[in-house]
Amino acid sequence: MVAGAAAVSTLRIADDCLVLSHRLAQWSSWAPTLEDDIALTNIALDLLGQARAMYARTAELDGTGRSEDDYAFMRDERAFVNCLLVEQENGDFATTILRQLLCSTYQLAQWQALTTSTDGQVAAIAAKAVKETEYHRDHATDWTLRLGDGTDESHQRMESALAALWPFTAELFESDDVSRDAAGLGVGPDPEDLRAAWDAYITRVLDDATLVVPKVSWKPTGGRQGLHTEAFGYMLAEMQHLHRSFPGVTW
Amino acid sequence: MTEEAAAPLWEVFIRSKRGLSHNHVGSLHAPDAEMALRNARDVYTRRMEGVSIWVVPSATITASSPDEKDSFFDPAADKPYRHPTFYSIPKEVQQL
Amino acid sequence: MRSNGPIERDLAGSAVSGGDAGGAVGDAREAEFQALIEADQRIEPRDWMPDAYRKTLIRQIAQHAHSEIIGMQPEGNWITRAPSLRRKAILMAKVQDEAGHGLYLYCAAETLGVDRSELIDLLHQGRQKYSSIFNYPTLTYADVGAIGWLVDGAAITNQIPLCRCSFGPYARAMVRVCKEESFHQRQGFELLYALSHGTPEQHEMAQDAVNRWWWPSLEMLGPPDTESTHSAQSMAWGIKRFSNDELRQRFVDMVAPQAVVLDLVPPDPALRWNEERGHYDFGPCDFEELRRVVSGDGPCNRQRAAHHLKAHEDGAWVRAAAAAYAAKHAASAAA
Repeated sequence: MVAGAAAVSTLRIADDCLVLSHRLAQWSSWAPTLEDDIALTNIALDLLGQARAMYARTAELDGTGRSEDDYAFMRDERAFVNCLLVEQENGDFATTILRQLLCSTYQLAQWQALTTSTDGQVAAIAAKAVKETEYHRDHATDWTLRLGDGTDESHQRMESALAALWPFTAELFESDDVSRDAAGLGVGPDPEDLRAAWDAYITRVLDDATLVVPKVSWKPTGGRQGLHTEAFGYMLAEMQHLHRSFPGVTW
Repeated sequence: MTEEAAAPLWEVFIRSKRGLSHNHVGSLHAPDAEMALRNARDVYTRRMEGVSIWVVPSATITASSPDEKDSFFDPAADKPYRHPTFYSIPKEVQQL
Repeated sequence: MRSNGPIERDLAGSAVSGGDAGGAVGDAREAEFQALIEADQRIEPRDWMPDAYRKTLIRQIAQHAHSEIIGMQPEGNWITRAPSLRRKAILMAKVQDEAGHGLYLYCAAETLGVDRSELIDLLHQGRQKYSSIFNYPTLTYADVGAIGWLVDGAAITNQIPLCRCSFGPYARAMVRVCKEESFHQRQGFELLYALSHGTPEQHEMAQDAVNRWWWPSLEMLGPPDTESTHSAQSMAWGIKRFSNDELRQRFVDMVAPQAVVLDLVPPDPALRWNEERGHYDFGPCDFEELRRVVSGDGPCNRQRAAHHLKAHEDGAWVRAAAAAYAAKHAASAAA
């Protein structure tokens, strides 16, 4: 049994949400239309809310009593346990939409499973998150269809995005001692078990969008152990610098 | 294709709660009905303003002309008998 | 007879628009328009209106919409660096509101027979302006607070009377905007209050922000009445309800006592309560600077314009793809 497996598993989810929220927030004032600017921020705000709720629960589970800001601003890269996919840079709108499709489909399956968690608080957070994430997936699905089956250029860009992001999806479904113990406790699903639903949905959407999954052998991993891509360090440096410049103050 | 033709204007109607009718709240641009609906949700219901949304292509709305408002609306003005206040009722009748 | 066409829209040249109706018919329409204005009734898009009224409104509403959109940039500058998750959520929601407000306003302008894309082109060509205030940089996080307290405060002073503007769609958009804006000024005040009652460094940061944003906020309410070119006609048309100088006085009267609560000192040695007038006295604005910034030589004019243009151009392929998909599927649905 891994000590604190439950806390690590909630922290992984919280970090996924925070990092993805931050990436989406970077779109503010840069989206293709005003309507999309508003939509991307809505999703980012939902994710930020999910992250905050899961940090609060993690602090109870790991017994440290840390604040949400301690988790977000006072840990270094090696202590973040989000998957590599969420930290990938925004790229163009196609890359962001595809990342959204891959992430939100995964997160929806995860939240659905968490609604029956033996941890009552996690189950309650999941019940709210399911509704939000259903919308995130719908949004990404709609745009995937439009970009995949839109113009030659948009199709091309979606293919490039697939080539760039697909390798990072393998990590989503890796099980380790933490995830197996958390599953054993009934706290959360084992990622392996989310694969079938995710595959079915993604295959159908990509097919409808006239997109083909690339064959790749490279399967980068390490995020759950705090081994991240280089771009993530810059994201954290920007996010954390002000908080860390004035230790202990109230904002 | 011009941007206007690519993403025409839609009128947005929202039912703020069950039991009330849909009210016009504004408009937005979208290439098709699905996107219009999604955009309306994001733009006009950020503060829990609605439980149901209608979107209608602005170009499909047939409107009365303001020039004809006399012939269109004035005939209603001389028919006070359509309103309950037209009728006098004895005081002892409390409710009618 | 009914007229087909977009709701509340009449493109210039159709029967009911165009100010120069000519002859007795034109006089009658002009008189009817004036009577509506004088009776404090609203003008609706399909009503006859003088061309100059239409043009003035398009210019003003578009400028207002552009201001909301360009205004996303200076505050958005701090979203990725907000010092707490709570502040980050507030700032994201606020900047998102600005996008929403811009959108409501573009839609109000569109009822007058222009397209949003035309207005955005005019912005990119520099032929339509946005508020001078957004050409100043946000150098520290305290600037987010100063913008909320001062800039949004000045904006609200200007916007509340616009809820009674004579043009219906503009007035209705402003009602919605004002309702949503009510949290903007409060979050700015709360942020500055937290800083000014925090550590000495935080207090200094807040004071520095107020020093830099105070005068531009007074100036953003427009040139003095003696020089304002559009004011008189706009007042007569019920587009504007108070003069620039009246709004400025109202704004100073509102924020001067709040500064005391904040424990921050506005950078104006002449600022003091005048018992006789029942108002605060304040020093002269630097309208020369306002002119300079409006005409393009503020610290960030070029940066703001380039940012908006790049976002618009980068998004062109996305808009084209969405349109192509819609056309394809409309065709297959019809087939």
